[in-house]
Amino acid sequence: MKLRAENLAVSFHGPNGDLLPALGPISFTVADDQFVCLLGPSGCGKSTLIRVLAGLLQPSTGAAFCDEEVIKRPLTGSAIVFQDTNLMPWRTVLDNIALPLEIAGMSRSERYSTVRKLLPQLNLEDFERAYPAELSGGMAQRVALGRVIVQAPQVWLLDEPFAALDALTRETLSLELLRLRRRARQTIILVTHDINEAVLLADRVIVMSRRPGRLVADVEIDLPRPRSAEMIYQRDFLQLTKKIRDLIEEQRA
Amino acid sequence: MQTTTVSRDFQARQKRQILLRRLCPLLTILLLLLFWQWITDREIISPILVPSPADVFAAFASALADGSLARHTMTTLGEMMYGLLLGVGVGLALGYAIAKAPLLEYVLSPIIVAFQSTPIVAYAPLLIIWFGTGPSSKVVTTAVIVFFPALVNTIVGIRSVSPRLRDLMRSLNAGPGRTFRLLEFPSALPVILAGLKTSTTLAVIGAVVGEFVGSGSGLGVLVIMARSQYNTPLVVVTVLTMTVIALSLYSLVALLEWRFLVWQRRASA
Repeated sequence: MKLRAENLAVSFHGPNGDLLPALGPISFTVADDQFVCLLGPSGCGKSTLIRVLAGLLQPSTGAAFCDEEVIKRPLTGSAIVFQDTNLMPWRTVLDNIALPLEIAGMSRSERYSTVRKLLPQLNLEDFERAYPAELSGGMAQRVALGRVIVQAPQVWLLDEPFAALDALTRETLSLELLRLRRRARQTIILVTHDINEAVLLADRVIVMSRRPGRLVADVEIDLPRPRSAEMIYQRDFLQLTKKIRDLIEEQRA
Repeated sequence: MQTTTVSRDFQARQKRQILLRRLCPLLTILLLLLFWQWITDREIISPILVPSPADVFAAFASALADGSLARHTMTTLGEMMYGLLLGVGVGLALGYAIAKAPLLEYVLSPIIVAFQSTPIVAYAPLLIIWFGTGPSSKVVTTAVIVFFPALVNTIVGIRSVSPRLRDLMRSLNAGPGRTFRLLEFPSALPVILAGLKTSTTLAVIGAVVGEFVGSGSGLGVLVIMARSQYNTPLVVVTVLTMTVIALSLYSLVALLEWRFLVWQRRASA
């Protein structure tokens, strides 16, 4: 599916009733099957943008489109991974991943067998009966990813999914994300404030300004796939991260 | 999640500690009984004021034999059950409605707060006048007193449902029915059960206060009758029966918690 933002802007009401601009206006198009990272400083409106694209929030002006259709409510073809893992503490790993299937009305035996087929590739097969509080941060985030994979969405919206993890787990998980994606290509928008992560994962990096976030730069990442952890030491990779860093610095000055 | 010898040792130690904690209350009761026997043996206090454990047991046996204890207990228990059903039922439903429509809270809060801050003993006579000296007036006093914890805890429970989980349900296109069953109910359950614990112990108070004010049977009536005959052992038997009822109901809710809140137990372990 193709995603498009057209003069999209969001404002919130401040405590005194005044209108505080939080995002945009911003326009961009994400092609079918493209992996785009939204890169920007904290509080620039990245999460707000994801919420609009997910149909959870209506923009104040402009509009977001999915295949030329205005996004007014959450679409069945798109799924979101939240900043914290956002798991239900009273559900086991199995039941957390199976939640979308349960809402879709699938029978218990059917959804359990579907999820159990998925657990090995998430490295969670020994933890299906565990509760979220018993999991490490990386494991919990894999459960959240699993909850998206069972929906087989054509659009993945990821809101800083790895922000709470340590650097190594984060790198492992983001590469795992690429591996999981290779089985069936989808349109992915991933929000991050980490330049390395953005360049390592994306086909394209959209750099956003400070609040209210506008488009500062749109950088094509023409690194070969599959990507690997060693790439971050290669010359092309460093050139790209340097270029993006300079763009951010420029905008700050 | 492998079990090593170390963790098995740890589990054994934990089990011993849990057992010890379970035994402590029993130990307290035993010591209290011994102390009681000792006081009455030495006749430190007149047996009319504090009867010996043996006298109390004799009173218990005779009240049991002539069926009077069972009859009065059944009356009180019935009033409590219906009162709990009514009060908690209305509390849950109204609590959910208020949590969903905050305006309703402003409309209803004067009545609710007035009811809650007035002592039940004070307006129980009014309820007797309205509902008669039969069981229905006690059902109402019980319902009124158990209503509040159920109401407040439902409001708190439903309002503290994570907004991010609400977003999740919305992004999955879950309707109101599924959102209630899969998110709101399980999320609010711990708080609601905590309120239910309070409600069950209050239920005894509601029923007995109602019976004190005017009734033909029930444990409250038995206390008054026994006192007017200076039958202190029977008073003690009746009071202890109320204690047992309250504790049993409380334990029942604790059992529900144990059964349905496995995840909380596992999280704190």
